Amino acid sequence: MPSPHWALPDHIEDALPLEAARLEAMRRRLLDEFRLHGYQLVMPPLIEYVESLLSGTGKEMGEHTFRMADPFTGRMLGLRADITPQVTRIDAHLLNRQGVARLCYAASVVRTTPRSLLASRHPMQLGAEIYGHAGIEADIEVIRLLARTLDVAGVRASRIDLGHIGLFRALAQMAGLSGEQERELFAVLQAKDVPTLKSLVDGLPAEAAKGLLALPSLYGGAEVLVRAASVLPKSAQIVDAISQLQAIADALPDLPLSFDLADLRGYDYHSGLVFAAFCASSPAAVAFGGRYDEVGRAFGRARPATGFSVNDLRDLIGVKPATALAGAILAPVLADAALESAITDLRASGEIVMRELPGHTGCWREAGCDRQLVLQGGRWTVAPLQGE
Amino acid sequence: MAFEGITLALSKGRIFEDTLPLLAAAGIAPIDDPEKSRKLIIDTNRPDVRLLIVRASDTPTYVQYGAADLGIAGKDVLIEHGGAGLYQPVDLQIAKCRMCVAVREGFDYAAAVQPGARIRVATKYIQMARDHFAQKGVHVDLIKLYGSMELAPLVGLADAIVDLVSSGGTLRANHLVEVEEIMAISSRLIVNQASLKMKHAILQPVIDAFAGAVK
Repeated sequence: MPSPHWALPDHIEDALPLEAARLEAMRRRLLDEFRLHGYQLVMPPLIEYVESLLSGTGKEMGEHTFRMADPFTGRMLGLRADITPQVTRIDAHLLNRQGVARLCYAASVVRTTPRSLLASRHPMQLGAEIYGHAGIEADIEVIRLLARTLDVAGVRASRIDLGHIGLFRALAQMAGLSGEQERELFAVLQAKDVPTLKSLVDGLPAEAAKGLLALPSLYGGAEVLVRAASVLPKSAQIVDAISQLQAIADALPDLPLSFDLADLRGYDYHSGLVFAAFCASSPAAVAFGGRYDEVGRAFGRARPATGFSVNDLRDLIGVKPATALAGAILAPVLADAALESAITDLRASGEIVMRELPGHTGCWREAGCDRQLVLQGGRWTVAPLQGE
Repeated sequence: MAFEGITLALSKGRIFEDTLPLLAAAGIAPIDDPEKSRKLIIDTNRPDVRLLIVRASDTPTYVQYGAADLGIAGKDVLIEHGGAGLYQPVDLQIAKCRMCVAVREGFDYAAAVQPGARIRVATKYIQMARDHFAQKGVHVDLIKLYGSMELAPLVGLADAIVDLVSSGGTLRANHLVEVEEIMAISSRLIVNQASLKMKHAILQPVIDAFAGAVK
């Protein structure tokens, strides 16, 4: 059977009026919040050269990026699957600021594969990034802003889970792993696949092997950092990573933080701290973030960088109970100066006024009206919708 | 949210039977027997723990989606599923068997899998069969079947089958021989990633009890 013309591809969906209104309200609300924190909005293009999109993020994003040849130049174009590299390009090359740049964005991205079982392949990504500051003050700021974002969205029982790429990097170096071994161990640690991990570390230098084996169980509350400090080898890189995590925990005692030291998401481009936000209503993380100091180098300028993005704004509007759209006022189709002025006044006060079109009596409640303008005693007055 | 406790997905039959002692170690006893009851949601002696009875190959899907926090799934099922979005921290050493290549008695398997050869294989385990023959450098034409794989070489549908073998009785009864073991299979405890973060306090003791009870 041929696919009917109304059908959409898998994991691609419309936003109908109620959802669209909520998405747009949430987008505005959050961008306003970012603006008040000093983040400037940028709007990079939906499509650009694929090598720009993938520089820095490497193979990981390559698999998720739609590509097509540019008929003008024959060069390969990609639809963005992530806005962060675009914003990094803007900071590194176009803005060229010497000091700190705080940038934010909210727009659609397109992915060849959904991020999780029920996720969209065209999520609306929203995020904020700080460029130009290497210290943990910037990381603390973005984690706080992420917490604020979840708060504004009304996310119930959220949790922000911190990790640090430096721990695995140091252990891999200590063990003298080949690139292929490192990739294999990375996948196994991501799945906390302890049985396979045990077989892979067999034969590695004892200290590194012990450290790698300890990583999958190093998750939970702040006590994890104490355990990590005692079981992991005491190399400078490892001690530094743990103390960074400790400093962040100390600076954010009021946030629901937890730790997962085997979380290596974004290993290709992250350079230190990583974090993910979870909430009770979602089976997968709703936001990711972390430090990616080297990504800008591909655009001519490596700058310290840290930030977060919400994977899909839909995940955030899903957590607040749906409220009906605001009801509209139906105005008759009449040439009447007093009516015109009443309509203008109502719209100025924020009311939705919908013009009646002839021949649709009985259908205006369905269209969203709950009141109407009627002439009472020579004045246009708002009254409950009648005859519908 | 309807249920605030933890939900464990598993299939009935061998996995369920072998899991009972592990559940007991965690202080969990099912109230109904899935072999006798038609219920798909089984309550336990603990009001905060319930079991979902699912088809074995569906277990990772329930856990990935978060419909269950934990699951017990064979390594065969996990490899076919891909394991995306799941933690798989413990090999429970239960429901043990092996994934094998089997052919008709008298079939020259060694000649059929020389590098560069092409072989027709019937299996339920497409991913594992593809990976296995790719590693050997052999082209493979895969035929997806859902059961009674042993028939395929007998009626000329395929040269070989890739299937789970425990005793080997079905192979022998159909005049097939096991020519290669692809891997040993046992069941894993799998955990939804968000659940491990959000329900850490209640999940961790159960995971620890399972890990501690593994023989």
